[in-house]
Amino acid sequence: MAPWRMAVMLAICIATSALTSAPVFAADESPMPKLDIGKGGKCVDDPKFMRKNHMDVLKHQRDETMRQGIRGGKYSLAACVDCHASKKNNSVLGSNENFCQGCHEYVEVKIDCFECHSSKRKVVAEVSK
Amino acid sequence: MSDTNLDRRQFLGRASVALAGLAIAPGMLLYEFSQARPLGEAASGKVRWGMLIDTNQCESGCNDCVTACNEENGLSGGTAPTDAQWIRKVELKDTGSGRITSLPVMCQHCASPPCVDVCPTGASFKRADGIVLVDKHICIGCRYCMMACPYKARSFVHETLTDQLTDVPRGKGTVESCTLCVHRVDKGQETTACAEACARGGHHAILFGNLNDPDSEISKRVRAVATTQIRADLGLNTGVRYQGI
Repeated sequence: MAPWRMAVMLAICIATSALTSAPVFAADESPMPKLDIGKGGKCVDDPKFMRKNHMDVLKHQRDETMRQGIRGGKYSLAACVDCHASKKNNSVLGSNENFCQGCHEYVEVKIDCFECHSSKRKVVAEVSK
Repeated sequence: MSDTNLDRRQFLGRASVALAGLAIAPGMLLYEFSQARPLGEAASGKVRWGMLIDTNQCESGCNDCVTACNEENGLSGGTAPTDAQWIRKVELKDTGSGRITSLPVMCQHCASPPCVDVCPTGASFKRADGIVLVDKHICIGCRYCMMACPYKARSFVHETLTDQLTDVPRGKGTVESCTLCVHRVDKGQETTACAEACARGGHHAILFGNLNDPDSEISKRVRAVATTQIRADLGLNTGVRYQGI
């Protein structure tokens, strides 16, 4: 095969792959779930980054905390709950509006964290004792 | 021969004194022992957490340590075979003399823990500072560790739990046991819920501290009085010691 024909084939391949991946980007424009962000405020990182990577940073930090006893890190599940627990039920679970449950139902990903970890904000729980 | 040896001994003796002086002079050792570990720092092997339980002070029928443990860690307090119990009060009776000894038994935080040896996933582990824990993220609930433990210290969570505490995550299908109040230790508190409750009740039978620090209260007591490790014959080098049994 002549070198110029190979170059054309390659160009066609790249163009096709770009086209087929286009619908993935279109998902950005579909309606996002309406979430009760609780206290909200400034997140520990860029919200776009957190949306995509929260599971990884949480897992990384959980191992350090569990195995080495390093506490007070930037990405803490308890801190997520503290900011994002709904002011209505003091939890990140409960309905499709609650922060964790709402998004996880939207993307259809099972959430295991709260089978063991508390989904409720700590401070209020202590006050109500 | 005795002359040459004497010289050598004197030299070694002086040298070791000088070395000891050097080690303490910059204040390094003393500083490290007296300061609590900062929040973002990993647990260090220079520390070994342990407890000394004085059974002469432990009152028969008193359950304060158990109640405090249950409250601190969000346990139900039930004593059925399927309920989690991290600490139990045990009464021993010497049939000959009739002397009754009362003592709490919990995870003994062994230096060579059999539960860690048998764990097929690595979930059961010993932290650098001697605290034996279960990483429930990778525990598969096989319960080999429960069979391996000579102290019956571990419990399996049989039912779905709700309303766990933020500091103490617990869940169905995993094994758990006394954590030596690791959430407190990591925050720099040098007391456990059981030791605190025992002191509050006026018994002061449980002393928590750093066994590696020669100046800690627990090290001084372990040095001064005869203490026992339960099943010392197994050679596990437990972090929990008993006095008066």
